[in-house]
Amino acid sequence: MNAHSESIALMHKYLDGDLNKTEEQQLQGHLEGCEDCQAHLRELRRTIALLQSTEHIEAPVNFADKVMNHLPKEKKRMKYKRWFKTHPILVAAAVFFIFMLGGMFTDWNQDSNLQLVVSKQENLIIKGDTVIVPKDVVVDGDLLVKNGNLIIKGVVDGNVTIVNGELLESNSLDGEGLMASVGEINGELKTVNRMFDWLWYQIKSFFSGVFSTD
Amino acid sequence: MDQIIREKIREVKKGDQAAFSDVVEFYQHKIYQHCYRMLGNAHEAEDMAQEAFIRAYINIDSFDDGRKFSTWLYRIATNLTIDRIRKRKPDYFLDAEIKGTEGLDMYSQLASTDISPSDKVEGIELQRYIHQEISELPPKYRSIIILRYIEEFSLQEISEILDIPLGTVKTRIHRGREALRKRLRHV
Repeated sequence: MNAHSESIALMHKYLDGDLNKTEEQQLQGHLEGCEDCQAHLRELRRTIALLQSTEHIEAPVNFADKVMNHLPKEKKRMKYKRWFKTHPILVAAAVFFIFMLGGMFTDWNQDSNLQLVVSKQENLIIKGDTVIVPKDVVVDGDLLVKNGNLIIKGVVDGNVTIVNGELLESNSLDGEGLMASVGEINGELKTVNRMFDWLWYQIKSFFSGVFSTD
Repeated sequence: MDQIIREKIREVKKGDQAAFSDVVEFYQHKIYQHCYRMLGNAHEAEDMAQEAFIRAYINIDSFDDGRKFSTWLYRIATNLTIDRIRKRKPDYFLDAEIKGTEGLDMYSQLASTDISPSDKVEGIELQRYIHQEISELPPKYRSIIILRYIEEFSLQEISEILDIPLGTVKTRIHRGREALRKRLRHV
């Protein structure tokens, strides 16, 4: 590499702001004694000045509007995709809810085909589709009866839930008349007869299961 | 401004098409000018600048929020213009000369309005001449010269826009400057 091409390489480094101290001195030293290189640098600077002085060109009027009119309409699938991406929790909740509903429907359908179901069998009398809590019997805990009626002569120490059936007054059935006293329920009585009630009951019991602290 | 653009891009990604119009408003002149300098004529410049924005919109999901939007947009525009130059038919240049008359009209309008400070290049003819010389540089030098001296990006930013190593940007800018020096030395 001869002195000129070397100094031209340095000029370009200089124009890019990449010169170190020694290179700067080297370039200056050469330029002082070389008119050709001085002219070369002057021409480079002038070239840059000419480029920088070109006026700014603006886009045609309505350019932005034209662009907007040419944008593709958003596809519906795309919208859903975006929505799913931006709302993952809602999507998860929706999917979960669908499964839960499905589960409940199957539950319901199975149950309605089944015969009488009682949660606690001990000390209870079952006559046909009627469950009787006899006198002097204390049911300790919640009592659930599905697909049958319930007569309480004794005491239930908890909540009573009857699905697809009802709580009968004891005298209306066994003819003991006014003598019989209606038993006690030391808790809530719930009668669930329709699908909606059943669902509501399931949801409530699900959430109380999830959120109960004990 | 970067912050506002960032916000708008986020809205566009969420599916808000209208937010994109602010992005177009903000960058339209820069991108149009870039295409115009790359391609040398107003007709193709408008087509390609428009295409650049449309591509940006369609591929917005692939834009990484952590990066600068302008860099990404310039890259799309540069690639489109270089593609266009490659695909030109050999007889295209005859058309280009005819279309050059549009450019003349535009220059005459501009000249009458806003250029006049002493550091600006005076005269329609000179502007046309410089523009012509830029358009005749090989595209790989042309893009760098335009980005560096007309759009005033740093060499580092140019390396990101064109996705080539910084060393290559420097080599090309040296060659581009030399090529232009030879063409413009008599001006």
